[in-house]
Amino acid sequence: MTKKLKQNLFDWHLISTAAIESVVKLNPLYQIRKPVMFVVEIGSVLTTALFITCLFKPLGEPPAFILAVSLWLWFTVIFANFAESMAEGRGKAQAENLRSSRRDIQANLIPTPDRNAKVTVVSSSKLRKGDYVIVKAGDIIPSDGEVTEGVASVNESAITGESAPVIRESGGDRSAVTGGTMIVSDWLIIRITANPGETFIDRMISMVEGAKRQKTPNEIALDILLAGLTIIFLIATVTIVPFSFFSVKAISQGTPVSVTIVTALLVCLIPTTIGGLLSAIGIAGMDRMIQANVIAMSGRAVEAAGDVDVLLLDKTGTITLGNRQATEFIPVRGIDVKALADAAQLASLADETPEGRSIVVLAKNLYGIRERDINTLHAKFIPFSAHTRMSGVNMDGKEIRKGASDAVLEYVRNQGGVFPSDVGSIVDEIAREGATPLVVAEGKKVLGVIRLKDIVKGGIKERFAQLRRMGIKTVMITGDNPLTAAAVAADAGVDDFLAEATPEAKLKLIREHQAGGRLVAMTGDGTNDAPALAQADVAVAMNTGTQAAKEAGNMVDLDSNPTKLIEIVEIGKQLLITRGTLTTFSVANDVAKYFAILPAAFVGIYPALGVLNVMKLATPLSAILSAVIFNALIIVLLIPLALRGVKYRPLGASALLRNNLLIYGLGGVIVPFIGIKAIDMLISTLHIF
Amino acid sequence: MTGSGLFQIGLYFAVLVVLIKPLGSYMAKVYEGTPNLLTPILRPVEKLLYRIFGVHSDDEMPWRTYTASVLVFNLLGAIVVYLLQRFQQSLPLNPQGFPAVSWDSSFNTAVSFITNTNWQGYGGESTMSYLTQMMGLGVQNFLSAATAMAVLIALIRGFVRRNAQTIGNFWVDFTRSILYILLPLSIVFTVVLVSQGVVQNFKPYRTASLMQTVSYDKPVVDSQGNTVKDASGKDKTEPAVMKEQQIPFGPAASQIAIKQLGTNGGGFFNVNSAHPFENPTPLSNFLESLAILLIAAALCYTFGKMAGDTRQGWALLAAMFIILIPLLIFCYYSETIDAPYVKNLGAAVTSDGNMEGKEVRIGVANSALWATVTTAASNGSVNAMHDSFSPLGGLIPLFLMQLGEIIFGGVGSGLYGMIVFAIISVFVAGLMVGRTPEYLGKKIESFEMKMSSLVILIPAVCVLLGTAIAVIAKDGVAGIANPGPHGFSEILYAFSSCANNNGSAFAGLSANTLFYNIVLGIVMLLGRFGVIVPVLAIAGSLAGKKHVPVGSGTLPTHTPLFVVFLIGIIIIVGALTFLPSLSLGPIAEHLTAIK
Repeated sequence: MTKKLKQNLFDWHLISTAAIESVVKLNPLYQIRKPVMFVVEIGSVLTTALFITCLFKPLGEPPAFILAVSLWLWFTVIFANFAESMAEGRGKAQAENLRSSRRDIQANLIPTPDRNAKVTVVSSSKLRKGDYVIVKAGDIIPSDGEVTEGVASVNESAITGESAPVIRESGGDRSAVTGGTMIVSDWLIIRITANPGETFIDRMISMVEGAKRQKTPNEIALDILLAGLTIIFLIATVTIVPFSFFSVKAISQGTPVSVTIVTALLVCLIPTTIGGLLSAIGIAGMDRMIQANVIAMSGRAVEAAGDVDVLLLDKTGTITLGNRQATEFIPVRGIDVKALADAAQLASLADETPEGRSIVVLAKNLYGIRERDINTLHAKFIPFSAHTRMSGVNMDGKEIRKGASDAVLEYVRNQGGVFPSDVGSIVDEIAREGATPLVVAEGKKVLGVIRLKDIVKGGIKERFAQLRRMGIKTVMITGDNPLTAAAVAADAGVDDFLAEATPEAKLKLIREHQAGGRLVAMTGDGTNDAPALAQADVAVAMNTGTQAAKEAGNMVDLDSNPTKLIEIVEIGKQLLITRGTLTTFSVANDVAKYFAILPAAFVGIYPALGVLNVMKLATPLSAILSAVIFNALIIVLLIPLALRGVKYRPLGASALLRNNLLIYGLGGVIVPFIGIKAIDMLISTLHIF
Repeated sequence: MTGSGLFQIGLYFAVLVVLIKPLGSYMAKVYEGTPNLLTPILRPVEKLLYRIFGVHSDDEMPWRTYTASVLVFNLLGAIVVYLLQRFQQSLPLNPQGFPAVSWDSSFNTAVSFITNTNWQGYGGESTMSYLTQMMGLGVQNFLSAATAMAVLIALIRGFVRRNAQTIGNFWVDFTRSILYILLPLSIVFTVVLVSQGVVQNFKPYRTASLMQTVSYDKPVVDSQGNTVKDASGKDKTEPAVMKEQQIPFGPAASQIAIKQLGTNGGGFFNVNSAHPFENPTPLSNFLESLAILLIAAALCYTFGKMAGDTRQGWALLAAMFIILIPLLIFCYYSETIDAPYVKNLGAAVTSDGNMEGKEVRIGVANSALWATVTTAASNGSVNAMHDSFSPLGGLIPLFLMQLGEIIFGGVGSGLYGMIVFAIISVFVAGLMVGRTPEYLGKKIESFEMKMSSLVILIPAVCVLLGTAIAVIAKDGVAGIANPGPHGFSEILYAFSSCANNNGSAFAGLSANTLFYNIVLGIVMLLGRFGVIVPVLAIAGSLAGKKHVPVGSGTLPTHTPLFVVFLIGIIIIVGALTFLPSLSLGPIAEHLTAIK
């Protein structure tokens, strides 16, 4: 991950921009999308009108009180807008960076994918799907595309933040190029795969900016619940007016509850805290994905990540270090283990594969056999070939070979040698443990076997245990045989594995899980992963992967780190938890607000109801104002929480609920009692009301 | 509070709890169509009924068809009850020769009985012929209860079925509810009640001489039946002496059995189960109060059983008990405390507590018990006058109704309301554990939230808006018997009762007027069908979803923690909605009195 994408939560530029925007967003056409805040805005307009009216015609309440209530209601809306603008602002800064790399550039259009074809220079915005362009070192790639010819190194820092260039070539899994990235060496012929406005960068910009942000399904459902609560409270408060009219008439005492007070009560009761922060929470969730260098193609995908039940992980690179390593030399009877190690090292000296390197290192570590220079030995390296399935070295008339057991067996037989009886049992033993046996022979004499083992990444076992506690099942996908797969699976602590996996088998596995009602997440990079990615509910494509994989996925990991899935799941859960806890907090707050406002509103009619003023607030007016102020301020105080998200701990569901209920439920009941009392004390000390 | 009173309450709940499992699992078998105790006898009858009415019992209905069946059937029921009242003077079994009931009262009563509310603006023994009582009201007692039970079963199927288009067959669920559950229980209960002395005959009323003549001031009425005012504007009265009384009869026992079991509550006589012919002995009182909660409680077990996890049913039942019992104790306590306003009642105060409006033979504990369970369940029958309870004692029945009649509630309707609250609780709690919420393996999404919000919104809005209209309207205020906050409570109580289909009356309010008959009638319709339609919509939507298997990340919904959360949501939503109105009613009355 790069520093560039990290941002401070409190950046003054961000805050000032957000402050301006939060006033612009008072536009009712904008607010109507958020039912709760829209009601608050109507309340603000109403109280403002009352204030203006009372300047000309006394209404029975001090004009200053109506003004104060009105102002704080406006603040409530503005604070909620501010939260949203803050969340958006963080994405916008990111979008600016991206936009600078999208600027219009000149593209070398060619009619056919031929290096010598006639070049026409056009603007990149004129490029359409299926056009061919040629780019050379120093050029910026004009649009997304697929390399059809050439090999080149490309600097993709504009989108990944990673400045080390990557290789892009035609065919295979590294053929996709992204518009806005810069070609550092050589040349490429590219077939354009995106129309203007639909490129990867365009999509990224609109995602991070939240411009095209649509409400996610869960957000819509929560919005409905909040709207329902708002209507209930609207009716509960509006009917206070006739009720109090009746009561005043019935006992000929007091005055009916005023519109200002009813509006104040309404705004305090409707779930403004969560209503005001809801969109900020959603944008911030997306933003946290960006911070983790993951671009989600939709908010829906982020939300789904929290629901994942099954995680499909490729073995190589995700669970294991990617390559097998030698861990032991096992000589056949009558051979010294050092002789075996020595021969194995000699055979591997020129072998630059990680397996080969690990043999050299193991021989050195275990038996102190120093690495020798293959040139001074006058040795000839025999590289691995698919035909012989062996590699080795020829020197001083010696032929040393290492390779798969059956390949070496054939080689020894051809030389007229015999295969010692114990080789078979050693090989079987190693295979049974899930490791790979590599037989070493010198001429017609078999020396022994090297054990190559998959090395499980450090700490991965703990992460899987963590996932299990989150309720997520991990499935390892590997092309290995079932025996090897089982051994690695046991080592890594995954719940299940799919051995000898083909693209069809992967797709089938995903479908099976989905048919059982589970949500499946997977990562992939190759074109052959594309069908499975398209089928998975949360599909993270590696940025280094092919265009097909990126198209099929609903997220792109710019770091191309397959373990990122775990973080993605956590971010998804965090998003949902933040919504849930703030909803609980918001509703729990109402208890205290009732105890502040109801006695204040009714004490004129029934003085006995003053008993309900348990907080002993100074005067009815200061009680009402304190509740309104608290209601507005709590939004501001919770902005950091909404943007950062409530911390997710991988506990069981019950433990999580208990903790969150204690903090946000019980806390939500208690905090406003303290807060309203404190504000009331401040108001009464200042003798405002 | 006395030891004996608390013991009787304890015994009541002990017997209730023992009966839940056997009855609940029997009902599960009935609805699942598996062989049960009564199959050998009733299966042929069931098949015959289907053949007569042309029901194809294997035809499954999508939720819209199911809903349409419910609505059309209830509409027809309403028309029949309406016509029976309007033409009862020309129909048989009318020994008292009662005239036709007015159109507005007929409308109100028809709506009241098809909605399982059994709000009674009329006095039964002075208005309704035996035919109207039996064929209209008595029959609707069965039909309205069975309707709600069918709707509940459809909702449960929504959870059980996977990727299904249909939620069952209304006619089958409905027929089984009556045939296997309501009828057998009612028959047994009727026989028991008759053994206790509840009347069951078709005799005309009998006149008996009073042992003690009663002198009183009788209001003077003009030819139109309106009271005449004297010069000072008060009602004009003249002295009168009463020497004899009329003793009403009728087929009461059979109707009382179903009115209790089916949470209908509409009494055969005006004073309901305070009447000695409806509720003559301690045993009849115990059994009648037991019958109020019996089916509603057992259905929770049925729910768990059918959903494949009885713990889910017990959890909802636990939430109901945990809300009910403290409120009951509080109500009982409020009726026994030595508050200042109790002193004003004079002779009605005994060592037992406030006996005003209560039957001496029933006592405070059993009156409080009945008042609480009859409003917890949407029964509404009474054995004491709630209007005469202390302000806080009367607050409890009022609040229990305002909670939406989900603490046991009506048979079927209470549990489907409770399940909707569970859906809302799961939605919020589910988010807090970091998953999009699911209940019983079904994802709760925006459609379910929309419908659930309606279920909670409609009755609450009906109560508040209805009360608001009544306290402003001249015709509304005219019905009030008491001044001040108590008068407000009377109106609030009437609307809380009707909108939540309880039907219990605070008395006091003169509700048999054009205004109240119409407004309360509309409120009853909205409170019933405004809930049933969204509930069936939820059933249809859930049935079409796939099942999400339980994992360790799934929020468990049978744990004490979830029960606590559910209770919290119910109480907070209920309290926040009604606290302002309760403050101006019973709370103000109580606090003003003790000041």
